[in-house]
Amino acid sequence: MKHDFSELRLDRVTRRFAGAGGHAFAALSELTITIRRGEFVALLGPSGCGKSTALNCIAGLLPLSGGTIQLDELRIDTLPPEKRGFGMVFQNYALFPHMTVRRNIAFGLRMQGVPGSQIASRVKHALKLVQLTGQEHKLPGQLSGGQQQRVAIARAIVIEPPLVLMDEPLSNLDAKLRIETRAEIRRIHRELGRATIYVTHDQDEALSLADRIVVMKDGVVQQIATPHEVYAQPANLHVANFMGYRNVVELDIVREEGTRVELSGPDMRLVGTRKQMGPGTRAVVAMRPEEITLGEGPDGRNTIVARVDNVEYAGRDSLVDVITSSGTRLHVRATSSPALGDEVRVHVSPERVLVYPVA
Amino acid sequence: MLLLFIYPFIYGLALSFTPPKGDWLANYRTFFTSDHLWPTIWTTLKLALPATIVNVGVALPIAYKMRIKSSYQRWITTILVVPITLGTVLIAEGMLTYFGPKGWLAQFLQYFHFYDGSIRLTHNYWGVLISLVISGFPFAFLLILSYITGIDPVLARAASTLGADPFAQFRHIYLPLLAPGLAMCFCLAFVQAFSVFPSAVLLGAPAGPTRVISIAAYEAAFEQYDYSLASAIAMIMGFVQLLIVAAVLGLRGFFYRGPVSGGKG
Amino acid sequence: MRTPWLERVWTGLLWGLMTLFVVNIGLMIASVATNSFARRWLGTWLPEGYTTNWYTAAWREFQLGDVLWVTIEVVFAVVFLALLVGVPAAYTLARRNFVGKRLLMLLFLLPLMVPPITYGIPMATVLYKVQLAGTIWGVILANLIPAAPFVILVMTPFIEQIDPNLESAARVFGANTGRMFLHILVPLLAPGILAASLLVLVRTIALFELTFLTAGSDSQTLVVALYYAVFAAGVRAPQSVDAMAMVYMAVTLVWLLIALRFVNPTQLVSRVKEHPQGAM
Repeated sequence: MKHDFSELRLDRVTRRFAGAGGHAFAALSELTITIRRGEFVALLGPSGCGKSTALNCIAGLLPLSGGTIQLDELRIDTLPPEKRGFGMVFQNYALFPHMTVRRNIAFGLRMQGVPGSQIASRVKHALKLVQLTGQEHKLPGQLSGGQQQRVAIARAIVIEPPLVLMDEPLSNLDAKLRIETRAEIRRIHRELGRATIYVTHDQDEALSLADRIVVMKDGVVQQIATPHEVYAQPANLHVANFMGYRNVVELDIVREEGTRVELSGPDMRLVGTRKQMGPGTRAVVAMRPEEITLGEGPDGRNTIVARVDNVEYAGRDSLVDVITSSGTRLHVRATSSPALGDEVRVHVSPERVLVYPVA
Repeated sequence: MLLLFIYPFIYGLALSFTPPKGDWLANYRTFFTSDHLWPTIWTTLKLALPATIVNVGVALPIAYKMRIKSSYQRWITTILVVPITLGTVLIAEGMLTYFGPKGWLAQFLQYFHFYDGSIRLTHNYWGVLISLVISGFPFAFLLILSYITGIDPVLARAASTLGADPFAQFRHIYLPLLAPGLAMCFCLAFVQAFSVFPSAVLLGAPAGPTRVISIAAYEAAFEQYDYSLASAIAMIMGFVQLLIVAAVLGLRGFFYRGPVSGGKG
Repeated sequence: MRTPWLERVWTGLLWGLMTLFVVNIGLMIASVATNSFARRWLGTWLPEGYTTNWYTAAWREFQLGDVLWVTIEVVFAVVFLALLVGVPAAYTLARRNFVGKRLLMLLFLLPLMVPPITYGIPMATVLYKVQLAGTIWGVILANLIPAAPFVILVMTPFIEQIDPNLESAARVFGANTGRMFLHILVPLLAPGILAASLLVLVRTIALFELTFLTAGSDSQTLVVALYYAVFAAGVRAPQSVDAMAMVYMAVTLVWLLIALRFVNPTQLVSRVKEHPQGAM
């Protein structure tokens, strides 16, 4: 067991399960990533994308079907979970229901054979860190969901693991508590500086917490990048879809010049930016509702004429659905609310029209 | 319906205090002074306690090993439910044929010279004990298995990430959470073994070493037609069972009781 | 810290024990089966010859025709009456709250916890007093005692998983209690009722003590007849007794196999898990 490291290297980590009809399917295929000391990495994707499988493989709860995991020079993928010494926070907390908060937190230290006096002081410190001082004699069943989650976090970090693994730790909390606990996790990470791998299906969580995000789909990594990059420059259409690019339109390619592409359809002409190369004379553009604005663009370029079909008031702004003459529906976020049936013009800057090959 | 169960009990209790001759405690005095009555309690305990300890003690590690749902878990449970449903009478008949001095087991042991002396596993203490294991072990196993599979396996996984090896996971996670279930299982298995009747008659030596308390009660009722004494014996039998159950469940009070999952579902 | 070597020995030991147990049970049943077809079998691996005569002999000697008929009568009457009593009772216990509910639950559980022979003797005494003992009605009544609570135990979780709103909806649309029961609950509870009746059926066929204590010569069920046959083993040829044991086994196993298609094996024993609060 090591208490610190400079690099955790996952090399083509693969996990196959027996699927229907005896066919093995890869829940995780060839995940390769190097995680640096103190880094916060989020594995992001819809359920069934392989992100939890990846986490369980790193924790040692699932054996690998292929690939290696190395902690600096030490190969760890053959070690059982109890020898890896990583701290893990489970989705349903997995607190031991028969132990008090104190004994739950002390469990890992007891297993390591840490002397009693040290256990007491370290548990006390951990309780303070998660702001649960005074609750140490309660059983998990007597705590609220948020408190249980903080016990789970304290239990994972008290053993001073080189790496903390978190499996959707906020998914069982209500919306308000989720945002609070998110901030808490961020603060604890900052204070301890432990490398953390965080699994989630919520892009907001990943964006707000992580230094780097790994976007996954069907067991395959789609993009590994900083939150800003994943948000603004999705590597492919899947990532774009997942990051809230709700407007997806298939168009003909008219001209291509480097990454700049001119496209046209029956009722729109757009200039966009190529994100992923692909064959064919057609392409898909992806645009965020927030980045389409009502009104004409400079020189009338990248402007689409459409009719207002639906307006949803959303407080600070409105969600406006518009339909072009050929029936393409676009979602637009607008600060003003146009009337139903009005003909409007919307525009979007060429940098924010992302062009992907047809799926 | 309730009446059907409660009334006989009350009636039996009343009947046991109204013997045909003597004062109201005469039956109980007879039981505790008669040489062929009160030792039956020890005879029964000598059979029931070892059988229960063996059944629960062996069933626990095996059930723990098989806690993960798999196709053979389903198979084993199905196979084990067979001896339970067949019941003690059939088991007794089977044992007479199979474990008897000319049965396959004796032949097998002698053929391979594992044991050359004469083998007597029927019509004595061992025959009854074996039959109690045959009918009691599957019962204990299935009961414990249903308790174990009710414990969230994520707890053991959490313990393993915290450095607990499989043995420590069992000791610190499974065992404490199982304790109430184990106590319950022990009670039920014991109560069943304590009331052993058909196999004690058919497989044991009902006149001597396996003259269990239920035989004494049966004889009093249906051979001497002394229903009053029989009821008294049945009451004593129920009382001893209750005593053991109360003792075990009292011990259970020291253990954690509550949900066995690790948080909100 | 345990070595993998120790771990393997331990696993092997457990599997060995389990296999030993299952193999011996299997051989035990096999030896009964072999003996029932044996012409003569004395101290050899296999009998000298095979015959089915013992079955006809057993059928004649033990009046198996009558016994089987009694068994069928008793078992189906018990299943029917247990459902009739148990399902509404389970419904009441699951849905309504009243003073003494916990006590009532405990009383219902008692016949399942207390072994039959303990309460069978006082009960037989009562039945003799009211002159029901020895008749088929006495046997049915006696078997009903553990059967009805068992139905309640099995049914309670099934009832609890039905959304009470469904019943309210039926009432809103004008169904009275009886019709609501018939049109809404019975169809929804069908799987539970099926499971409960099969479980009661299998258990009643195999339940020895109560029938033994209350049955007369013409109200014996198969198990009791088998017991008497084994008890008087010297009188009859052992093959003939084994033939009868096979008949009994066949009857039980057929129903067991049918039951196992619909219920989990653990349900046959685990009376506790279904209703932890009641049992604790």
